[in-house]
Amino acid sequence: MDLRDLLNEAMAGMLARPVRTALTTLGTVLGITTLVITLGIAATAGNQIVGRFDELTATAITVEVPEERTALVEWDAVDQVTRLRGVTSAAAVAETKDSANLSVRSNKIVDPTRVTDQTLTVVAASPSLPQAVKGSLLQGRFFDVGHLARKDRVVVLGEQAAAMLGVTRLEGAPAVFIGKHAYTVIGILGGMKRERNLASAVMVPPTIGRQFGLRDVTRVLINTSLGAADLVAGQAPLALSPGNESVLQVIAPPSPTRARDAVQNDVNALFLILGLVSLVVGAVGIANVTLVTVMERVAEIGLRRSLGAARRHIAAQFLLESTLTGLTGGVIGASLGVVAIVGVSAAKQWTPVLDLRLALVAPLAGAMVGLLAGLYPSLRAARMEPVDALR
Amino acid sequence: MPEPVIALNAVGKEFPADPPVRALSGVSLDVHRTDYMAIIGPSGSGKSTLLNVLGLLDRPSSGSYRLDGIETTELPDGERTRLRGSRIGFVFQSFHLLPHRSVAENVMLAEVYRSGAARRGRKDRRARALAALERVGLSHRVDFLPDRLSGGERQRAAIARALMGGPSLLLCDEPTGNLDSRNTEAVLDLFDDLRDQGLTIVVITHENEVSDRAKRRVRITDGVLVEE
Repeated sequence: MDLRDLLNEAMAGMLARPVRTALTTLGTVLGITTLVITLGIAATAGNQIVGRFDELTATAITVEVPEERTALVEWDAVDQVTRLRGVTSAAAVAETKDSANLSVRSNKIVDPTRVTDQTLTVVAASPSLPQAVKGSLLQGRFFDVGHLARKDRVVVLGEQAAAMLGVTRLEGAPAVFIGKHAYTVIGILGGMKRERNLASAVMVPPTIGRQFGLRDVTRVLINTSLGAADLVAGQAPLALSPGNESVLQVIAPPSPTRARDAVQNDVNALFLILGLVSLVVGAVGIANVTLVTVMERVAEIGLRRSLGAARRHIAAQFLLESTLTGLTGGVIGASLGVVAIVGVSAAKQWTPVLDLRLALVAPLAGAMVGLLAGLYPSLRAARMEPVDALR
Repeated sequence: MPEPVIALNAVGKEFPADPPVRALSGVSLDVHRTDYMAIIGPSGSGKSTLLNVLGLLDRPSSGSYRLDGIETTELPDGERTRLRGSRIGFVFQSFHLLPHRSVAENVMLAEVYRSGAARRGRKDRRARALAALERVGLSHRVDFLPDRLSGGERQRAAIARALMGGPSLLLCDEPTGNLDSRNTEAVLDLFDDLRDQGLTIVVITHENEVSDRAKRRVRITDGVLVEE
C-alpha cells in the first residue's frame, strides 16, 4: 500500500466527521496549551526577574560584623579579602550608634544667617572606600596608608555633608571641628552607588576614629566581578576573621540562577500537573472516540478487507487517524499557547521568551498522545474477522 | 481444457458448537471462465458460508479450493488477502459504499491495497475508475456522493468498484436484495453485458428472477450442493 494512499484514507476518515474530530481534539488542545503556556510563561517571567538584577546588586556583598569586646575583624584584614579571586574592591567601615550623632561645624565664626553646627555621622573607613562604594572624589583626594601611618588629622566629607557645612573649595585647606578638635578636609566624596548615606557623613581614617569610639570594623563592603558573588560570599568571612566566620553576617545578592529556579518551581509544579492531566484526559477522549468510530465503521473495515486490505493496513489507518487527530490538537494547542504567552508578555510589557524546541516538540507530544490513544482501538479494528465485519 | 476459475473439491465447513454445526458438507463445484452461475437456497442453508469460502473470507474445515489454479486452503492469511484483493470483485447486498467519498473515490478504493505485481500507477487511477464507471453506465454520476444516488446507481457504482481491479471472478451476495424491480432489471442487464464481455460471475440469491437469468443454477440445502 502506498503511504500516500494510507495518508489519504486516514485524512478522509478524520474529515468525514469534522465536528466530532474537532471535539475530540479539544482535550489535547487544552493539555498542550496549558503545557506550552506554563513552560513559556515560566521562562518569560524567570527571564524578567533575572533581568531586574542589575550588575550593581548582583556584585555587591556586605559583611556585617557584630560588636564584641575584642575585634573580630582587623582593619588590615580587608587586604585578605581583596586578594580573593573575583573581588574587585573591598573596604572596611566602622560606624556605631554613638558616632552617628556628632556635632560638626566648619568654623568658629558666628554667622547668624546660617546654621553652622550640624549633627552628622562620623564613619571610620579604610583607604579603599571610594572604590568600594563606587564613588568619585569631587574635589581633593581620599586619605591613604600614609595618612594612617602618620595618624594625620584629616577627614573626607560626603557630598551632602560638605554642602551642609558650607565647604565648597579645598584650596585654603579648610578645617572642620568634630567636637572640640579641628581636622583638615582633604577631599569631598560623591556619586556613591552603594552606601549612599555616606554622602552625608564625615569619613575619617581608622587611626582618628578611635577618638570617637570607632575602634573596630563593623562592616565590610565587597564588590565582585559578575558571577563571583556566590563564591566570594562563602570565602569572605573566612578571609576576614579565621575562626569567627560563623559569627559574621554575610549579605549576598540572591544568585540569578536561584531566582529563576524559585520562580519556575512555583509556577511550574502546579500547571505542569494540570497540563499533564489534561493530556491524559485528551488521550482518553481520543481513545474513546476512536473506539466508537471503529465500532461504527465495522462495515467499512469489512469492505476494505474484501478489497485486499491486510490487518496491518486497517491498524495503520486507524492509528494514523488518531495520531493525526492528536497532532492537530498539538498544533492548535501550541499555537494558542504561543499566542497566550505573547499576549501576557504584551500586557505586562515583558519580553516573551520562547524556547523554539518547545514550539516544535508540543505538536509532536500531541501526535504521541494520539498514537498511544489509538493503539487499542486500531488493534480492535485489525483483529476483526472480515466475515464478521461484513455480516 | 483451461484451469477452471473455481474448483471446489469435497469442501466441508464446520462451526464449533455442541454438537458441531455442519454448514457445508462435501461441496464440489467447478466454475469455468465466462460462467454465469446462480447459487440459490433458503436462508440457513449454507449460502453465506459458501460465499465466504469462495471469497476467501473464511477457510473451509476440509477439502480443497483452487482459485485460478492456486490452492488456497493452505495459504497464509496475507497471501489469501492479496489473492482476494486482486482476483475477486465483491458486490454486496448493502453496496458498502463509503458515504463521505464521491463515487469516483469509492471506485478508486479498489486499487488502494494493491501491492507487488498487482500494483498500478496512482496517476492514472482516476482514469481507470472513470473507465470502470463507463462500463456500468454511471459516467454522469462520477463526482456525486453515494447518498445522492438511487439504489440501482449505488449498486452499479459498487459493481464498478469490483470491476476496477480486473478480477477473475465477480462474487455477488444478494446483489438485488435492496433494489426495486426496475433497478433489479438494470443490474441484471448489466450482469448479462459483463458476462458477454468475458467476466465470470457467481451470484448468491434467493430470488428466482435473478437466478432465472443465470446460465447455471446450483441449489444448496442443508450444506449440500445440487446442480439443477
